[in-house]
Amino acid sequence: MIYKVITKPEFRAFVDALVRANTSYGPRQVDTGRDCEPIYQFMPVSSASDIAFDYTVTTSSAKHLIMPFREELSKFSFRDGDWDQEVHYNAPPIVLFGLRPCDINAINLLDEVMLKGAYPSPYYLARRKNTFIIGMDHLPLPDCFCKSMNRHTTDHGFNLFASDIGDRYFLSINSSKAYNFLKEFETADPTEEDDCLLIERRKLIKQSFKTNVEVTGLPMFLDLEFDSPIWEKWGDKCLNCGSCAMVCPTCYCYNVEEHFETDLESSSKQRRLYSCNLVDFAQVTGGHNFRPRNGDRLKYRYYHHYRGFAVNDNQQICVGCNRCGRTCLASINPKDVINDLRLEKESCMTCVSPSPEKI
Amino acid sequence: MVTDHGYKCRITNIVPLSEHERLFQLRIVDPRERELFAFRPGQFLMLEVPGYGEAPISISSATSNREFIELCIRKAGHVTSALYEARPGAFVAVRGPFGTSFPMESMQDSDVLLIAGGLGIAPLRAPLYWIKDHRDHYRNVRFLYGAKEASQLLFTYQFEEWKTVSHIDLHTIVEKPDGQWRGHTGMITSLFDDIAIDPKNTWAIVCGPPVMFKSVCTHLDKLGIPMNRMFVSLERRMHCGMGKCCRCMVGSTFTCLDGPVFDYWSVINLKEAI
Repeated sequence: MIYKVITKPEFRAFVDALVRANTSYGPRQVDTGRDCEPIYQFMPVSSASDIAFDYTVTTSSAKHLIMPFREELSKFSFRDGDWDQEVHYNAPPIVLFGLRPCDINAINLLDEVMLKGAYPSPYYLARRKNTFIIGMDHLPLPDCFCKSMNRHTTDHGFNLFASDIGDRYFLSINSSKAYNFLKEFETADPTEEDDCLLIERRKLIKQSFKTNVEVTGLPMFLDLEFDSPIWEKWGDKCLNCGSCAMVCPTCYCYNVEEHFETDLESSSKQRRLYSCNLVDFAQVTGGHNFRPRNGDRLKYRYYHHYRGFAVNDNQQICVGCNRCGRTCLASINPKDVINDLRLEKESCMTCVSPSPEKI
Repeated sequence: MVTDHGYKCRITNIVPLSEHERLFQLRIVDPRERELFAFRPGQFLMLEVPGYGEAPISISSATSNREFIELCIRKAGHVTSALYEARPGAFVAVRGPFGTSFPMESMQDSDVLLIAGGLGIAPLRAPLYWIKDHRDHYRNVRFLYGAKEASQLLFTYQFEEWKTVSHIDLHTIVEKPDGQWRGHTGMITSLFDDIAIDPKNTWAIVCGPPVMFKSVCTHLDKLGIPMNRMFVSLERRMHCGMGKCCRCMVGSTFTCLDGPVFDYWSVINLKEAI
């Protein structure tokens, strides 16, 4: 990693040059919410002026730019009772600008899933290796809990990371490509004062988190609470719409579908993002559903995020951005569900052992 | 290993087994790919009918057979219904093999108990062939096979061969006998009354509908067979076979990667497994 500082106008000029020359996506205000707050999304940008540098959070994550909602895996063409299959692993280069540390951490987690193990995904690899990521730090929203998940900082998964230190940005350069791009622009080595400003900035971000979710020992806790009535309680609220999974930066469950073209001479095989909250997610051929109730499916989502992945890879897959909580039509959010689970356990303890005051 | 696109296969033969089940014989078209293709008993393939989709199917043929692959398939869903329209000579694709297998080498010099219910015989046929190919390495081999009705017992034409050539002690049972049925009647667990099991030297493989696993494995547990010597093959919805799509995830386990073959100890420690 190489560290540099750059003035804000110079950084904008750098970003402007980069996004003008490449297919780029950055945060843009797309609407205003009912609470008059701006709504941001990662959208195509063609100049620095398109980008909302001071955005808070995007409604949907940047996941779709690396793992599209729908992706063609292969094409079949039929002729004389025979067929040919065509497979391509190509992806054009893109620039992603303005990703927050939790979003970068989410991509790192997707990398673990899609690029490691016995079967790395060549489709994902093609997109990932052609993606240039510029991260930016930010002050958290009141309901962000990235700090609880230890995802509020990142040291890998980006080409360049910019931290706001007043009138300048402190740049962490993590790839030779980024270093070469920056050569054309005026940067300086950080002084001791710049280092101090960066540390102060990090302290400020850390202290700004208002929401804390206790996740210590959660995998075992979830195992113990597998049959807890709270799953039914939250399941009754859940609408099974799958919105949480669509906006989540780490939900990657998918469906594979094949469709004939209208000429019946070809068909395409597509991967489509899915959600474990959808009713048929665990339904097998013949109609049996291994998770027939809302609560079963909601529980499974929490198991995957806070237990399943943790057991497999020694880490939890949730990054604490709380996009799912903000998007949920039934106002279900991880903080409430996890706290509810813990509270129930604590209540159990008070039932079986007298509190110290009563002795 | 073929993962994202499959081996092109030609359907060479279709054997009707019952009203809803057929045995499809597939031959990998490319001779080099055919030579490379190898699997272990218990593994499965993703069978693709181009344009319709893919379905996970256990391999029912002998591992020693390098000429063709046999898949015992029930007409149950979108893909299998499309496959049932195909005639010999048609082309399909297979990806794989995927998943874990039965530890056939570990079972050597022991008694083997094979227990199948209904279509559960499909994944059991590969270990049966394995035992046939290496018969001297195994002691008593018993095969308990049950179905709801006698007409649902599959591969009946091979029963004599298994008994006489492979020296397998075959016991069959049906739940609802018709007028013709002269064999045992009732649940498959009632067959345990007829056989003497040496729990210290027995390995068990159980395949069947999910409801069967619990009753059979509990029975075997009571007989004293250690849970890590009982194996089950789980069914789940699988879309990728590569531990990516998560459709087959049970707890923290992927049925396609960590299964479909599990020892019973792993299964009872897995929430929602059976």
